[in-house]
Amino acid sequence: MSRLVTAAASAAVAFHSGLAAAQHNLPPPVTPIAREIYDLHLLMLGICAVIFVGVFSVMFYSIYAHRKSVGHKAVQFHENTTVEIVWTIVPFFILIGMAWPATKTVLALKDSSNPDITIKATGYQWKWGYDYLKGEGEGLSLLSNLATPADQVYGRQPKGEHYLLEVDQNLVVPVGKRIRILLTAGDVIHAWWVPAFGVKQDAIPGFVRDAWFKAEKEGIYRGQCAELCGKDHGFMPIVVEVVSPEKYAAWVAGQKKKLASATEDAAKQWTLAELMARGEKAYRDTCIACHQASGAGIPNAFPSLVGSKVVLGSKDEQIKLVLHGRKGTFTKTSEMPPQATLSDTDIAAAITYTRNTWGNKAKDGVVQPADVKAAR
Amino acid sequence: MSAVTDRHGHHDDHAHYQGGIMRWITTTNHKDIGTLYLWFSGTMFLVGGILAMGIRAELFMPGLQVWNPEFFNQLTTMHGLIMVFGAIMPAFVGFANWQVPMMIGAPDMAFGRLNNWSFWLLPFAASLLIISFFVPGGATGAGWTLYAPLTVQMGPGMDLAIFALHIMGASSILGSINIITTILNMRAPGMTLMKMPLFPWTWLITAYLLIAVMPVLAGAVTMTLTDRHFGTSFFNAAGGGDPVMFQHIFWFFGHPEVYIMILPGFGIISAIIPAFARKPLFGYSSMVYATASIAILSFMVWAHHMFTVGMPAAGILFFMYATILIAVPTGVKVFNWLATMWQGSMTFETPMLWACGFIFVFTMGGFTGLILAIQPVDIQLQDTYYVVAHFHYVLVAGSLFAIFGGVYFWLPKWTGRMYDETLGKWHFWLSMIFFNITFFPMHFLGLAGMPRRIADYSLQFADYNMVASIGAFGFGLSQLIFFWVVLKCTVLAQGAKAPGNPWEGADTLEWTHLPSPPPYHSFETPPTVR
Repeated sequence: MSRLVTAAASAAVAFHSGLAAAQHNLPPPVTPIAREIYDLHLLMLGICAVIFVGVFSVMFYSIYAHRKSVGHKAVQFHENTTVEIVWTIVPFFILIGMAWPATKTVLALKDSSNPDITIKATGYQWKWGYDYLKGEGEGLSLLSNLATPADQVYGRQPKGEHYLLEVDQNLVVPVGKRIRILLTAGDVIHAWWVPAFGVKQDAIPGFVRDAWFKAEKEGIYRGQCAELCGKDHGFMPIVVEVVSPEKYAAWVAGQKKKLASATEDAAKQWTLAELMARGEKAYRDTCIACHQASGAGIPNAFPSLVGSKVVLGSKDEQIKLVLHGRKGTFTKTSEMPPQATLSDTDIAAAITYTRNTWGNKAKDGVVQPADVKAAR
Repeated sequence: MSAVTDRHGHHDDHAHYQGGIMRWITTTNHKDIGTLYLWFSGTMFLVGGILAMGIRAELFMPGLQVWNPEFFNQLTTMHGLIMVFGAIMPAFVGFANWQVPMMIGAPDMAFGRLNNWSFWLLPFAASLLIISFFVPGGATGAGWTLYAPLTVQMGPGMDLAIFALHIMGASSILGSINIITTILNMRAPGMTLMKMPLFPWTWLITAYLLIAVMPVLAGAVTMTLTDRHFGTSFFNAAGGGDPVMFQHIFWFFGHPEVYIMILPGFGIISAIIPAFARKPLFGYSSMVYATASIAILSFMVWAHHMFTVGMPAAGILFFMYATILIAVPTGVKVFNWLATMWQGSMTFETPMLWACGFIFVFTMGGFTGLILAIQPVDIQLQDTYYVVAHFHYVLVAGSLFAIFGGVYFWLPKWTGRMYDETLGKWHFWLSMIFFNITFFPMHFLGLAGMPRRIADYSLQFADYNMVASIGAFGFGLSQLIFFWVVLKCTVLAQGAKAPGNPWEGADTLEWTHLPSPPPYHSFETPPTVR
């Protein structure tokens, strides 16, 4: 309760200084499509504002002048064909004036042909996965998790500048290139939305949809999942880093190197300490959303891992469960989503971590990446 | 048949009903059933309102303070379901029960027992919804739109919601059959369809919409049910289904549904404005044609709710054009109301305040609807707080304000007592101000990029969320005035006795031919309309 009061007080102070900075229009556009949308919105707003003022001037004048209290006598007319035809036809032409520019933008934004780079974005509960399919950077893959610590969410730490709009791995693209995004999802429907690009496209499990953008300015652009996808819908942001072609080439080279060392990682035998360190991070990135930092889960929603039969049981069973997930049942409603998109190393490390922490002491405590690979 | 008629001949107009609770359980009287619907709606309005307060409490500032995100999702979902199916729709059916027979000069609704059954289905459906909060996993958190495949992940609360929707759908269909039959067959001699007041007209059209789309919703949720439990794959791509098909089916129901929730409101406003302008409704026949056009167009625009699923350009353009076309008949309605006010002799008792407030604020919702209809703009605004602002402008400032206006307008007729004018005006002005404080800033939040249905948000959205929450608490508290006003007229029996027609300009049958309150059985001998 006292936490609530202090937070309310600090929010009130922030509010006092913050209102002037609040944004009242679409964010500054950085792609040609986003700019067209920005202008289209202003045009629509302008037309609506003019009609609004016209219509309500009439209403408020009438309310002012045609009152019984000022002695106005009612004039008993009840139809006028000419007027009625006019106010049916005129709006029709105004609508055509709105539809014309909108049609041009629709056709432009649906034309995703001739991309320089094609990237597949996959929505998962609750993170985004990116695979570079074609063009410079082909073969790269990355997972993009929320980077804001839970302590900030629960008010145990002050909130950072990019609270809830920061991820551990940004999607990196070069400036001035046509980027085509293919969208799909692994579980439920998500939506990939970056306001500055004018792109919002649903990611639908089992189907592939596309969208495209050509960012004209370097910078970091932030967006969020825009389709309700379960409990952490508000916690799966999108961060796109638009860089110069040189920087992009360097980034690709760096990622390739990491990829090579990851292959080595998966081949080697790890010590318990190494796995625990890596596992703590992997757990924080993925498992913590449901099973919580304490491993205790949330009663009636997400099972506890502390003393859990699965965690203390055979390691093969736990590997299988993590890889393939488990459906909810009628009374145990939460389901374990399959985690096969994670690397063998991360799965092995996370499992090892759960088997050797919070007082858990499983019999075969150490799980090697090779064990996971064998179980796939 | 003649024997029946003879027996009825001795009844006169004094009431014959059982005492106590049995009166309400067994009643087949349109006035009793109307009252039941309205009290039910008021109760659900309170429940849905409390859920809304829960939502705004969590969103008062960034961070998670009050609820966890999964319960937050349950709040938004159940707020939507309860307000749509529990508060707004039953309120309009309550109005139909009270007003349709009296306005067309009929003695009662066509099917008395069916009418009783239509109502008594509702408390069971509502109980299922409320019980669902207490089952394992809680109520459904998939949003009131219940998109697959998220619904497959929900617990038994989802099944309860599905059954509740089935039952409420059955109730709506039965009610609609009753209303259509009553209006088409039981009008007083001389009352041709084109002489009928606009409120029964809007309900006639609404009833046809309900019969057309409630089975569609029932189909969609039944497929969800079998996908969940019986291994079907209607909405599961892995089994050959398509999650987007759910959205098509849902919105084929959902878009007519939004007109179901506003057309009777148009009818109420069309009764109030002429009464207080002391002048006949302008453009009566164009009002009827506009209502019918809106209803027909409502079947051709559903996919504008799905502009971001990835439709082909031709599909986008069709749904965009069809959607903006709705602005034409809607504009005609607004212009007709203004022309009715023009050169009138207006007074501003509480019902008229609500009607003027309705036109002003509902039109703003119409403008944002037009902006959202432009698909490229919708790309930026879909599933943001801009949409939340838009549909609350048309559903709260539209449907709910019309309901309030109608209650104040007809309360003297229904109860025989004048409502408290001062408190009524306080209720209007506080609601109007707090409504705008709550929902106007949401336009800015949406433009700035805040998605809807999130339990926590980034810092640039903090200011306006706090404003909106303060407005929402104010709006919520203001509604207590309304319940006090209604209690004073009904249970407490306070307030001046109302004359048969307390409004100078009201000229429909319930005002001109019946005392206030009307006898339990009215128009046993039909009036003759010139």
